[in-house]
Amino acid sequence: MATAQTQTAARFMMAPAVLLLLAWMIIPLSMTLYFSFQRYNLLMPGMEYFTGFDNYRYFFANPNFWAALTNTLVLVGGVLAITLIGGTLLALLLDQPMFGQGIVRLLVIAPFFVMPTVSALVWKNMLMHPVNGFFAWLARVFGFQPIDWFAQFPMFSIIMIVAWQWLPFATLILLTALQSLDEEQREAAGMDGAGPLSLFFYIILPHIARALTVVMLIQTIFLLSIFAEILVTTNGGPGVATTNLTFLIYMQSLLQFDVGLASAGGIVAVILANIVAIFLLRIVGKNLEA
Amino acid sequence: MGSITLKNVKKSFGGVTVIPDISLDIEDGQFVVFVGPSGCGKSTLLRLIAGLEDVSDGMIAIDGEDMTKTAPAQRKLSMVFQSYALYPHMSVRGNIAFPLKMEKAPKEKIDAAVNNAASILNLTDYLDRKPRQLSGGQRQRVAIGRAIVRQPKAFLFDEPLSNLDAALRVAMRLEISELHNKLKTTMVYVTHDQVEAMTMADKIVVLNAGRIEQYGSPLELYQRPANKFVAGFIGSPKMNFVEGAEAQKHGAHSIGVRPEHLTVSRGPGTWSGVVKVSEHLGSDTFLHVDVEGAGTMTTRTSGDVAFKHGETVGLTPVEGRVYRFDAQGMAV
Amino acid sequence: MARAISTRRKIGFTILAWGIGLVIFFPILWTFLTSFKPEGQAIAIPPRFFDFDWTLANYETVQSRSNYFRHFSNSVISAVGSTLLGLLIAIPAAWAMAFSPTKRTKDVLMWMLSTKMLPAVGVLVPIYLIFRDLRLLDTHLGIIVVLTMINLPIIIWMLFTYFKEIPVDILEAARMDGASLRQEVVHVLTPMAVPGIASTLLLNIILAWNEAFWTLNLTTTNAAPLTAFIASYSSPEGLFWAKLSAASMMAIAPILIMGWFSQKQLVRGLTFGAVK
Repeated sequence: MATAQTQTAARFMMAPAVLLLLAWMIIPLSMTLYFSFQRYNLLMPGMEYFTGFDNYRYFFANPNFWAALTNTLVLVGGVLAITLIGGTLLALLLDQPMFGQGIVRLLVIAPFFVMPTVSALVWKNMLMHPVNGFFAWLARVFGFQPIDWFAQFPMFSIIMIVAWQWLPFATLILLTALQSLDEEQREAAGMDGAGPLSLFFYIILPHIARALTVVMLIQTIFLLSIFAEILVTTNGGPGVATTNLTFLIYMQSLLQFDVGLASAGGIVAVILANIVAIFLLRIVGKNLEA
Repeated sequence: MGSITLKNVKKSFGGVTVIPDISLDIEDGQFVVFVGPSGCGKSTLLRLIAGLEDVSDGMIAIDGEDMTKTAPAQRKLSMVFQSYALYPHMSVRGNIAFPLKMEKAPKEKIDAAVNNAASILNLTDYLDRKPRQLSGGQRQRVAIGRAIVRQPKAFLFDEPLSNLDAALRVAMRLEISELHNKLKTTMVYVTHDQVEAMTMADKIVVLNAGRIEQYGSPLELYQRPANKFVAGFIGSPKMNFVEGAEAQKHGAHSIGVRPEHLTVSRGPGTWSGVVKVSEHLGSDTFLHVDVEGAGTMTTRTSGDVAFKHGETVGLTPVEGRVYRFDAQGMAV
Repeated sequence: MARAISTRRKIGFTILAWGIGLVIFFPILWTFLTSFKPEGQAIAIPPRFFDFDWTLANYETVQSRSNYFRHFSNSVISAVGSTLLGLLIAIPAAWAMAFSPTKRTKDVLMWMLSTKMLPAVGVLVPIYLIFRDLRLLDTHLGIIVVLTMINLPIIIWMLFTYFKEIPVDILEAARMDGASLRQEVVHVLTPMAVPGIASTLLLNIILAWNEAFWTLNLTTTNAAPLTAFIASYSSPEGLFWAKLSAASMMAIAPILIMGWFSQKQLVRGLTFGAVK
């Protein structure tokens, strides 16, 4: 259905969306790029001047940057490991015949719908509080010293909270992928003498491989910019133990008002995210042709 | 009234030319079938007439009026799609009434037209059902009902029967033919099935690679195929072709004999060969015979003829039923 | 078809799955229970599971003392507003791409998706400054604009995958039946696309409701939605767990329920159609 009439109409209908997104992307991004080469602090208005790559040099020279980069990678990697492995196991379990499957599904996916500030606060206070928290009570019941989670294992605590939020996402998508596996293929493998383990590695895993990659990439995009959970639990501390790139740039811009430095950081973050995005777009693009 | 004229119509998609240059006159009231192998451009041609695609060049006129640039909605044609394309969210009644609603016909007129169409097509009991509650044949009838209520200038059918099973296809074929006899409206029908073409058409357009190979009545095509392509495409089982020395005896580059025009004998014939497979259909028997120097030839004989695998038989073409073709494949 | 399984295995799986499901759900359940406790019992050790003095006082306090309803309505305004605005822009675009594709359609779609992957922090500074100069900080309009723009690619993609499933034949049939472009969209496309549009709407409200980077950074009081309101509970002094729980429950309940109803669409929306 391609007549000149419909194509002209189509162009008009696409125009608003394309123009808006173009503006949304290009204007702020070019401003960030411009600022990143400026000495620009909101506390000293009118003192802006061009500094070349100084902001980048400061940003990279700052030991906090490397700490933040490491923290970002640890956070993303930790959450990915937990959610991908846990999600696969959970999806396999939920794919088994059982009573009340629908309800279990609802229970499992619920955390995904909880807003980040709520889950962070609930975990921080009611579960992980060193004195009155539920975990502290559990520890005492089993005869252990309660743990002061955010003081002793700050990063691990944040990983737990974020993993709790994203495990449902991984599970739900992997379960959907699992359920599209042809029953006959499974039966054929069974007839060919495949045990549960070889069934998993030779039939199921290849079948959900693409879903796993998609989950990994999408989560990475979101996890790179984890913010609210850190803001309400540790505020990046103790020290910079839980400061990730997003949080570091937030502090530099909205707390220290150093626009130039923050912008340089923003550009670095954009470049990092783009590396992941390229892979994700490739997978989604392939799917578009199928 | 519904004559359709195509003048030097060309169509290409991007750089690919699908229809190089076609001119065609379809007279009012005729049942014209476009037939050809898949990818020959027959559906594209129909969609050009419908206005669902723009022509790259040329002119399309309906009733002598230039419609080349007219939107499909204004061409006053109806179309029945291969997938039926029923509106899933509307009842059968809603589907059939839709074209009339679009032209804002008064309600009484719509009701009368829908009821009339439903009774012609035996859909009266199903008017309040949704398309998904219907069988394939019923859906097809709804699609036809939707097409007839508008009293279009012409009906366009795009392989309407290819999603039905064999028995239903034969029944629907008859129904569409009857409908044409009743309505006497121009119908343009696209199919890849030469049996449908032969049984339904007043005139057949045989298409190949976007070109018209021949345009004529079914019997003309059968008896006087213009070239080797038409000869091979029309008729089932396919015509046997022989090249080389045997053809030169007839003064041609190649010759063709239809299976039904070969007599089989136990003694020697014009050709002799060994029976490879014999297929018994009850009414007919098809023999596939290996003929030395001519390849496998198929014959069609009466059902009670019994030849076995491996038997040597003679084959003789019926006098005057040998088609001769030149090196370009044109009939001589 | 059915795998032959013994009842005993089924019971085993049931117990295991329910156990894990309840552990995962526990923080929410615990919040739910705590929201009905008096403050003293909320921090009690050992914890009280069901044997506490059930009370609605926390809900009342949260509403009366802290402008809960203002933040709630801010959340509704920004989530619903941005979703509707997004649909308004996205429906024509998705329609065009699904039914009148050109060679560049795929590239346009991929490019739109790529804007979604731009880390927010990369454009935080300019957006903040632009909003400051346009006086959009802490306004509904500002939040609606931002939420619309960050979710627009997802809306377009979801609609595109839904529209793609509507057979072109049916739209062509409408055209042959004499329908104008407007009639085609109103009488045929829209009714057929309603389920898809509805689930897009639902998923988007969920995403917009829970968005917690821009809402935290661009609002202070007037336009602050629930994400920001809840964050204000993080101040260290005092253990008002029961009230925190009540406020949390009210913030998550509507979305939790919507989310439960839109599980299936969620998968498709969040994976851009790569997993269905």
